[in-house]
Amino acid sequence: MIKVRKLVKRFGLKTVLRGMDFQADQGEFVALLGPNGAGKTTFLRILASLSRPTMGGVNIAGYRLPDQASAVRRRLGVVSHQPLLYGDLTAEENLRFYGRMYGVRDLRSRVAEVLELVGLTPRRRDLVRTYSRGMQQRLAIGRAVLHDPDVMLFDEPHTGLDQDASAMLDTVLREVAARGRTVVMTSHDLARAADLASRFDVISRGVITASVKRDEIEPNNLLAFYRQALQEA
Amino acid sequence: MTIERESSYLPEKQGIPADSKAVGFLRAMGAVVWKDLSAEIRSRELLSAMLIFALLVILIFNFALDLDPATRREPTITAGVLWVIFVFAGTLGLNRSMAIEKDRGCLDGLLLAPVDRSAIYFGKALGNLVFMLMVEFIVLPIYSLLYNVNLFNPGLLLVILLGSIGYVAVGTLLAAMAVQARTRDILLPILLFPVVLPVILAAVKASTGFLDGSEMEVIRPWINLLIAYDIIFSAVAFMVFDYVVEE
Repeated sequence: MIKVRKLVKRFGLKTVLRGMDFQADQGEFVALLGPNGAGKTTFLRILASLSRPTMGGVNIAGYRLPDQASAVRRRLGVVSHQPLLYGDLTAEENLRFYGRMYGVRDLRSRVAEVLELVGLTPRRRDLVRTYSRGMQQRLAIGRAVLHDPDVMLFDEPHTGLDQDASAMLDTVLREVAARGRTVVMTSHDLARAADLASRFDVISRGVITASVKRDEIEPNNLLAFYRQALQEA
Repeated sequence: MTIERESSYLPEKQGIPADSKAVGFLRAMGAVVWKDLSAEIRSRELLSAMLIFALLVILIFNFALDLDPATRREPTITAGVLWVIFVFAGTLGLNRSMAIEKDRGCLDGLLLAPVDRSAIYFGKALGNLVFMLMVEFIVLPIYSLLYNVNLFNPGLLLVILLGSIGYVAVGTLLAAMAVQARTRDILLPILLFPVVLPVILAAVKASTGFLDGSEMEVIRPWINLLIAYDIIFSAVAFMVFDYVVEE
C-alpha cells in the first residue's frame, strides 16, 4: 500500500531524511517512533503530499508522488496534532465543507453518520472553537475518515489530550485500523504505540534504524528495543 | 463507536464517473467561498476590522488635509484618498483572511483535498474580493457625505471593481506566500505594494478621469491597463499557486 525508496528531503543545507526506505502493507498499523528532530513529521508530510521529496520514490496505493498527488490525496486521511478545522464553523459545517472539497456523495447523510461515529451529534451545531481539545481531535478524525480513505496518517494525535480524551481517541484509532485501512502513526508515547500498532519502526537521523512486528516482541520490551535502535543509529 | 467501511463515498471508488475537472474545480472554489463567507458572517472579524480602519482613515484625511471646500472636491484628491483607503483596508483583510487558514492548521486541511490547488486560490480570491467590495460599498456613501462629492458614477464604479480585482488577485497570492513566514504581518505590505503599484496608478488615474469628466480617449488606456493587469496576474496566480503553498 505504501512504498518508499531512498527518500531524501533537504531544507536548504539541512538534510532531514537521508535515503529512507519504508513499506507498509494493507491493513498494517505502523507506529513510527523516534526522538524530536528525527524526521517523523517531515516523512508524514511527504506521504501526505504536503511537501515534495528532494529525491527518492514514494508510491501510495499504486500512485506516485508528487506526480499523481491528487489521486493519492483522494485515498488519504490525515490527522495531525492540529485539528485542521475552522473555529468559526460548526462541526456539521466543517464536515460539509471538507465533504464538498472531496466530492463526497450523499453528503448530508454521510456527515450525520460520521458525527454519530465520533460521538458529536449532540454538539453538531456548536462552533468548533467552543470544543475541548479532545472533542476537536475526535472531529478531526471524523474529517479524516469522511471520504473513506484507504490510508490514514496520524502525526502525534495524542498531543495535548488528557487521559480520558486519549483513551477515547485510542478507541477510534482501533476502529479505524480494524476496517482494513493502512495506518501510519508517529508517536513519542511508547506505551500507547505498543497498545495500538501491529509494527514498530524506529526512525533516527532521517532513516529507519529498526523495525519489529508486534508478535515478535513483548510489549514490555519495546522500550529496550527503542533505546537499542537509537544507540545503534 | 464504529467507523463503518462497507460502502465508499467517493464516486471514483464506487465505479461512478468522478465529476469532470471543471465541475470539480467550480465545486471546490464554491466550497472555499461558502466557507469564508459563513465564517465571516458569524465572526465579523475581518469585515469589522477593515471597515473601522477605512472609516478612521477617512476621518484622519478629513482633518489632516484640512483643505478648503473646493480643494476637497478636487478629483485628484478624491481619487488618491479613496485608493489609499481601499489599499490599506484591503491589506488588513488579506492578512487576516490567510491568517485564518494558518490557525489550527487549516491551510494544510485545504491542501490535502484532492482538488486543483488553483481552485483554492480562486475561492480565496473571490471571498477576499467580496469583502473588499462590501467595504467599498459602505465607504463610498460615507465619503460622499463627508467630502460632499458625488461618487456614484458608473465609470468610477467600474474602475473600483477592476482595481479591486487586480489588487485581490496579486494580494491573495502574496498573502499565501507571506503566511508561511513568522513576520507575515509586515511581510505582506512589503511584498504587495511594489507589485500592485501599476494597479493603484491606473486606478487613481482612471478614477480621476471619471470624476473630472475627461474624455474616454484619456481614460481608456488606464482602463485597458487595469484589465490587462487583472488577466495577467490571475493567470500567473493560476500557474504558480501550487508552488507557492508547497514546502
